[in-house]
Amino acid sequence: MEEKRQFSSFFVDEFLFGIAVERVQEVASSANMTPVPLAPLKIGGLINLRGQIVTAIDLRRCLELSDRPSGQLPVSVILRTDDGYASLLVDRVGEIVEVDEDTFERPPETLRGPGRELIRGAYKLEDKLMHVLDLERTLQAG
Amino acid sequence: MGEMDAIVKEFIAETRENLDRLDRDLVELETNPAAKEQLDSIFRAIHSIKGATGFLGFHKLGAVAHVGEGLLSGLREGVLSIDPQITSGLLGLVDCVRRTLHNIEQSGVEGEMGDAAVIEGLTRLQENRIAPRASVPSGGHGKEFANVVPAPSPAKTAVNEQDTPPDRKGPGQGVATNSSVRVDVKQLDKLMNLVGELVLARNELLQFSSVQQNAVPLGTSQRLNAITTELQDEIMKVRMQPIENVWNKFPRLVRDLALHAGKKVRLDMSGKETELDKTLIEAITDPLTHLVRNAVDHGLETPDVRAAAGKPIEGHLLLRSSHAGGQVDIEISDDGAGVDLTRVKHKAVELGLATVEQSRHMSDVEAMNLLFLPGFSTAENVTSISGRGVGMDVVKTNIEKIGGAVSIESRRGLGTQVKIRIPLTLAIMPALVVTAGGNRYAIPQVSVLELTRLEGNEVQKGIEMIQSAAVYRLRGELLPLIWLDAELKTRRANSAAPVSETGEVANIAFLQAGDQKFGLVVDEINDTQEIVVKPLGRQLRGMSTFAGATIMGDGEVVLILDVLGLAQHAHVIPELRDEKTIGNALPQQEPIAERQSLLLFVGPDDARMAVPLSQVTRLEEFSSSSLEHTAGEEVVQYRGDILPLVNIRVLLPERRASERHVPPKNDKGKMIQAIVYSKGDCRVGLVVEDIVDTVEHSLVDLRPASREGVLASVVIHGRVTEILDLEVICSDLMSRVLRKQPVEATEV
Repeated sequence: MEEKRQFSSFFVDEFLFGIAVERVQEVASSANMTPVPLAPLKIGGLINLRGQIVTAIDLRRCLELSDRPSGQLPVSVILRTDDGYASLLVDRVGEIVEVDEDTFERPPETLRGPGRELIRGAYKLEDKLMHVLDLERTLQAG
Repeated sequence: MGEMDAIVKEFIAETRENLDRLDRDLVELETNPAAKEQLDSIFRAIHSIKGATGFLGFHKLGAVAHVGEGLLSGLREGVLSIDPQITSGLLGLVDCVRRTLHNIEQSGVEGEMGDAAVIEGLTRLQENRIAPRASVPSGGHGKEFANVVPAPSPAKTAVNEQDTPPDRKGPGQGVATNSSVRVDVKQLDKLMNLVGELVLARNELLQFSSVQQNAVPLGTSQRLNAITTELQDEIMKVRMQPIENVWNKFPRLVRDLALHAGKKVRLDMSGKETELDKTLIEAITDPLTHLVRNAVDHGLETPDVRAAAGKPIEGHLLLRSSHAGGQVDIEISDDGAGVDLTRVKHKAVELGLATVEQSRHMSDVEAMNLLFLPGFSTAENVTSISGRGVGMDVVKTNIEKIGGAVSIESRRGLGTQVKIRIPLTLAIMPALVVTAGGNRYAIPQVSVLELTRLEGNEVQKGIEMIQSAAVYRLRGELLPLIWLDAELKTRRANSAAPVSETGEVANIAFLQAGDQKFGLVVDEINDTQEIVVKPLGRQLRGMSTFAGATIMGDGEVVLILDVLGLAQHAHVIPELRDEKTIGNALPQQEPIAERQSLLLFVGPDDARMAVPLSQVTRLEEFSSSSLEHTAGEEVVQYRGDILPLVNIRVLLPERRASERHVPPKNDKGKMIQAIVYSKGDCRVGLVVEDIVDTVEHSLVDLRPASREGVLASVVIHGRVTEILDLEVICSDLMSRVLRKQPVEATEV
């Protein structure tokens, strides 16, 4: 029996990522983000989500990609975690994608760099691959 | 099923509250057997437990309560009179009920609760006492008791069941069943958050209506404004609880401890009604319990010892609390033996926390602070009650975690007093909002000493340099200055130096970090406001420079500075957090006049040394490549002159005599730190390993050190530090330099 799962998709640089819809609370603007001096590089800043302070983590920094072109504001994907909300900063949001569980594959051994730790694998969509993150690791400190 | 669960939960919560009051009432009744009100209250509490258990089907619990009720009836009738055994028996019943509640909560059933023993104990108490007094001929059994004692017991019970209990007139004694509800704390927190959101929405609306005329009727928005503010206040108040909630368990605790240790203790409590935020109440429960245990266990003496010392046999333990300007003072004092400082010092040496030498020079306050060091305990024989490894260090850590401070005062033979000062609430506090590097930051007002704004040439005059370190003289005290944007590395690229360094304007907030004061230079000082403190996410929890964050009226998130952490980050306080060390024993209590500024440096063999700042002309840094040698001496060119350099090592008598003239480590390009000392026209540079800091230290209580050239040995930042007298040390050198100088001068 085939299992269908729904993912919210979004783009970072050229890459398509997917996060299980049940983990995504909402998508918010990152216009009023407060930077945190001396914080680890991957910390994008603090966001006020209706009176709650949410830490934003920049996925580009996590994956050691180049910084966003200046002037391009990231989009904040608010995620539910055991510890309240967290935000993942991405470039832009895509559609909701429904995938078959059996199109999932683990990354090859040749994947190096920070992606090796953070990317659990990819779903083979028709035209491209949708990366799936190990969210807990990605949202971890340091 | 779900409904039943809710009823059981309600029963457990309510009974727990009753049990706490029972403890208190029983102890009170023991000391004052005539306290009718307490007796009635106890009776009612037990009776209502009995009633509920019947309904809920907890029959074993019901049986226990029934026996207790019987005994209490006897007390009410005057057939029995209260004594320690009966009190203990009834307290045992309370414990039994507590155990049972715990079991029910865990597994839903009463479980093993030791009911048989309690019932047997209580029954025996009833029989033994009744028998002689009521002159029942023989074999008075529990069952017979009800018959022997003429009618009232069951009858009275019946009356109480039907009528409203007579507690309505007893002020504050009974549970005000109709006027209060139980609320889940989570729900309260959620309410608090919602109010926060409401405040933000209100602010937006206010901004909107001020821009767009008539967008919202002015009256409406003003009313909304007022209501929101009031709502916020009220919700805050709901979170406040009297300190009584913690203290309630102490009468019982003290009674049990005293009984166990064979001591007599009178416990007095004043200021029970002092209110604190709920989270704080929880946070101080353990430290306070520990301090009370300590006082009864180690502080107060046994009656015979007290009698021998000419003190009243009954020891006195006093808990006191009061509000003091946004903070709460709590005091725990006893009139016991006091802390034996000699023993403390001895123990510290034994544990390797101080050297014999150090302990000899230690002031009383310093010695007292040894008690706060981790792993320190003076309890000679560790009893089963205290001394369980949780020492004063844990008390101190826990209190400091919530932004409080703790200190001990003790007089041998007269008693000990522990003072705790904690903030009223953690959730809301006044803070100074400043701007630096384009961002706003909040500084907790408790750390702010004063603000200064320097303009024009005041900046040049006011900010002085000790080499690369900026300092400011605040009423004669030399305070280090740090620039917030530089410390946080947020200095904007387009301005090479902030205005404060280019010399137009400097806004300085003087802050207190532990025992050290320092000046924080910011771009702008905005205002003071009440902020709602929110914790940082787990990704940022390790950051020492920020204590949390808050949301401003305009919705922006602003970081709250951790002043102590920032001071450490900026090396205003080196190494360990100051309060963990021995050296700075509440020096802020000493008058400024008795304190002296010292320059702290690293001498030979990594030894900590200091010289009075008044003897220092300048501090200089030379590249080792700029060293030149003349006539067996190292010199550098310095301000068009020649400055002989001497490693301070060779000037110290008795030290490394064999290693005289060891040149400073001469790696190319290495920077050499030197203290310039001058006398008359003559200057020398004393090479040291590293300049550490300038500190304020009391030089009052010191005995002169035996060694020549050393003024004293003190402990600074937890390290033994020799204070050198440059005048003495350099006297030989100076005369030598004087002889040589003309020669060298001609050589250049």
